[in-house]
Amino acid sequence: MNEFLLLFRKNEPEGAPKPSPEQMQNSMKLWMDWLGGIAAQNKLVSNGNRLYNDGVTVSPDEIVTNGPYVEIKELIGGYSIIRAESQEEAVELSKGCPILKVGGSVEVRMIMPM
Amino acid sequence: MNNTELLPHLFRTEYRKIVSVLYKHFGFEHPEIAEDIASETFLTAAETWGLKGLPDNPIAWLYTVARNRAKDHLKRNKLFDEKISPALQLSHEDVREFDIDLSDQHIKDSQLQLMFAICQPVIPAEAQISLSLRILCGFGIDEIADAFLTSKSTINKRLFRAKDKLREEKVKIEFPPISQLGGRLQAVLTTLYLLFNEGYYSSSQDCVLRKELCLEAMRLTILLLENEPTNLPETNALMALMCFHSSRFDARTDEQGEMIRYDDQDSSLWNQELIRKGEYYLNLSSKGGINKYHLEAAIAYWHTVKNDTTEKWENILQLYNRLLQIAYSPAAALNRTFALYKARGAQEAIIEAEKLKLNDNHLYHVLLGHLYTGIDKATAANHLQTALKLAKTAAEKSRINKDLEQLC
Repeated sequence: MNEFLLLFRKNEPEGAPKPSPEQMQNSMKLWMDWLGGIAAQNKLVSNGNRLYNDGVTVSPDEIVTNGPYVEIKELIGGYSIIRAESQEEAVELSKGCPILKVGGSVEVRMIMPM
Repeated sequence: MNNTELLPHLFRTEYRKIVSVLYKHFGFEHPEIAEDIASETFLTAAETWGLKGLPDNPIAWLYTVARNRAKDHLKRNKLFDEKISPALQLSHEDVREFDIDLSDQHIKDSQLQLMFAICQPVIPAEAQISLSLRILCGFGIDEIADAFLTSKSTINKRLFRAKDKLREEKVKIEFPPISQLGGRLQAVLTTLYLLFNEGYYSSSQDCVLRKELCLEAMRLTILLLENEPTNLPETNALMALMCFHSSRFDARTDEQGEMIRYDDQDSSLWNQELIRKGEYYLNLSSKGGINKYHLEAAIAYWHTVKNDTTEKWENILQLYNRLLQIAYSPAAALNRTFALYKARGAQEAIIEAEKLKLNDNHLYHVLLGHLYTGIDKATAANHLQTALKLAKTAAEKSRINKDLEQLC
């Protein structure tokens, strides 16, 4: 079994209205159902973390930009780590991710054991 | 209570107290001393009370005999020691002053300290449970063997090896320092949780014995709750879980001792007092962070709600989602899928169930058989047939046969 990092990218236009508590709750449920389903297969290593939108990016020329999304069109919203036999299986498990339903994407990267 | 009833009763309630205090005194270096003295005490009682009738205060009588036996032992030991190593002596004064403290407080402290001493990762979980049953609960070897569905000699060997290991590792019978309390308490809670589960889920047909295992686990958990430093949120959560589960004790087996599935239980038999107690402990547990006992207690709480609503099963599903993320187990994975079925229907549950691939687990096939009933009879029957082949006990086989009959 290998471990894979799943990076969740979301497409959030600036100034988009904040979701209502009800929307938040529904979205939370979708995430929990998806992660719960992976965990039920004993393939969840860590449910990882969700990230705030605000952040800074530090470049080699010491210019600090406000916003983590300099070069990346989509914002990284969080990450999880799963366990899978192959890249194909990791991709298969990622297909249920709720972020895909709201125009986001999941980047699947195999973790190199140190 | 007459003579013949009283002694077994006292053995149940007093043996473990006496043996705990003796263990506390003699330590694991000579584990046989504590158990020998405690057993001899009850043997003497059986002989003497049979001949002379009951003493006025049987418990005080037992304590006095145990104390005297312990003193005799120490004197004999002293004579022996004097001959071989005169350097390591107690004076005669010490022996005269030596006494075993059988006050309530000291009994409780000894039991708690022994609990910490026994529930150590240095010995395997099964050995921790067996040793707890033997020393902390005063169970006989045959009862422990029945509970584990194994032979007396297996249990004897297991206990012997465990005590040997505790002696080798020089495990002290004492409270862990406050700095280590959190981690050490986790080990104790795990053992009590397993002890409870052994009673609640064991395939032993002996209902009385199974109930007693659960009650003993609860009694030991109460000891922890009565002791300020160990009265922590997770201890309360574990107690809540045990109360909710045991509330269904009378509803979950029929007269033959066969299990009745949750859906088929007569909910009027659920014990409301235990449910209320569970709610009380669950409230007390809410002060700390969430761990698996909280989630399991909350799941067990929802199972005490009689009305089978979508809300109930949706809540149970979400709790299993969270539980699986912190502690995977095949049972939790199967139960999550069952909750999914109750909340969202068979189609969605089948898709998730087939991802689990717990093909060697008979309960997995029972679940799939259940989910396919009403959708695809042939597939349902196939799964139940596979479950029948994999099931280990007669009780499980007979239940699956009933399912098969109902299907046809």
